[in-house]
Amino acid sequence: MAETRPYKKPLPRVDEESRGYWEALARHELYFQRCRDCGTTRFYPRAVCPSCLSSATEWVRASGRGTVYTFTVTQQNQTAGFRDELPYVLAMVELEEGPRLLTNLVGCAPGDVRIGLRVEVAFEDVTGEIALPKFRPA
Amino acid sequence: MSIWGNTAVVGAWEHPTRFAPHMTPFQIHAESARGALADAGLTIRDVDGFFTSGVGPIGLLSLCQHLDLRPDHVDSTSIGGSSFVSHCLHAAAAIAAGLCQVALVTYGSTAASERFAVGTAGLVMGEPPDQFEAPFGPTIVGSYAMVAQRHMHEYGTTSAELAEIAVTMRRHAGLNPHAKYREPITVEDVLASRVISSPLHLLDCCVISDGGGALVLTSAERARDLARRPVLVLGGAEAVRHLGIGRHDLLDVAARQSGPLALARAGVRHDDIDCCMIYDSYTITVLATLEALGFCKPGEGGAFCAGGRIALGGALPVNTDGGGLSSNHPGMRGIFLVIEAVRQLRGEGGEAQVSDARLALVHGTGGMLGQRHSGVTMILGRS
Repeated sequence: MAETRPYKKPLPRVDEESRGYWEALARHELYFQRCRDCGTTRFYPRAVCPSCLSSATEWVRASGRGTVYTFTVTQQNQTAGFRDELPYVLAMVELEEGPRLLTNLVGCAPGDVRIGLRVEVAFEDVTGEIALPKFRPA
Repeated sequence: MSIWGNTAVVGAWEHPTRFAPHMTPFQIHAESARGALADAGLTIRDVDGFFTSGVGPIGLLSLCQHLDLRPDHVDSTSIGGSSFVSHCLHAAAAIAAGLCQVALVTYGSTAASERFAVGTAGLVMGEPPDQFEAPFGPTIVGSYAMVAQRHMHEYGTTSAELAEIAVTMRRHAGLNPHAKYREPITVEDVLASRVISSPLHLLDCCVISDGGGALVLTSAERARDLARRPVLVLGGAEAVRHLGIGRHDLLDVAARQSGPLALARAGVRHDDIDCCMIYDSYTITVLATLEALGFCKPGEGGAFCAGGRIALGGALPVNTDGGGLSSNHPGMRGIFLVIEAVRQLRGEGGEAQVSDARLALVHGTGGMLGQRHSGVTMILGRS
């Protein structure tokens, strides 16, 4: 059952460069991008390759597996939504394909998180249109 | 005309307030301008270059109106707390290029009396990268904490080593009558203070205060006729680091680029530097910056800051005013780094004076160390 409380945390401001990424997440699929000209992979998604400025882009589906690159157990955040869920784990996860993304770790006690911990994506549907790529121990 | 060595800071003034619910930020800007211009022996009518930040998208225009300024050259570079160090470099360049002759840099904020939770307020969303971050609850302190966690992982740096930086800053603050917190603290006090965002404790974090300050710069030639002993701008550089395309090494901070470039431009080496003013938003900021500047090797920052080495009387005194960790931090602290360096190089440090200080290195960090940040290094020298 979806949560009946209104979702108070900030929602992503989806734009023309990121729409495909968020639409895929809503289907519970995690993608990053690769430049068709120079082959450089990139996260977050954007229209133009920062390496060669090409607009020729392909989407690459991530396996969803990765490891914790770094993290912090947040004990204080005044923002609505987060204030009610302290403590929570803010982490940077390195996907096995290489790119790193900022996320939350779920499904484990904050005290059990370590750098190098193997994790897998856990999609969290927060509204009808938006799912967030969070991660849990694999 | 070359920038380096041909421009000087000739006026510097730090607003003594740390809590000013009866004042506006613009009032603090104005009072600081008055203080710095009086210090220089100049008047507001001499100012033809104006530099500020932290005042809103066209805040510089409003502030010009507030001060009735009609400058020939303006710059509102806004790259976080380092902005005012950047303004000094840009002012030096503008003076050397003949774009202006007397540059005024001002800052004012009432962050504390407005109860603005600088480090733990969460981050605004609006620019493209924010949508991939803000939904997960990043805070400014959390961004720095992720760098600290990574540093501990790679090098075995400990919370006690970070704590010693806070202890040293408090020791310096004890010599500064205006500092917000002056009572000595111990490593145990820091470790016993509550965790804000692991591994950073409350006492690993800068204070939140009100405050402001101002600086006046002009050519070294004109400086010779002014009231105070000029402090020369000998070198400087800026750098930016960010997560880029998602492969960034979080320990590669901007100072690694701006530090060596600034030293080379000044034609000096690390051993020549008598004291450093390092932006200390958090203890990790100092440790990571000193390593990146090259004062010690990566991973050696903990040992480098231990045993009073960065305290007055140590090998490299850092933040002799008590820094942001104990003296003041109204949100953007860069200007105070420059003001304290000027105080030292003029020999006006009082009890906190570094003996025979000839060369100071200033490094400002702005933004979020673990996501995107600026680093601005400036070398100042006694004339």
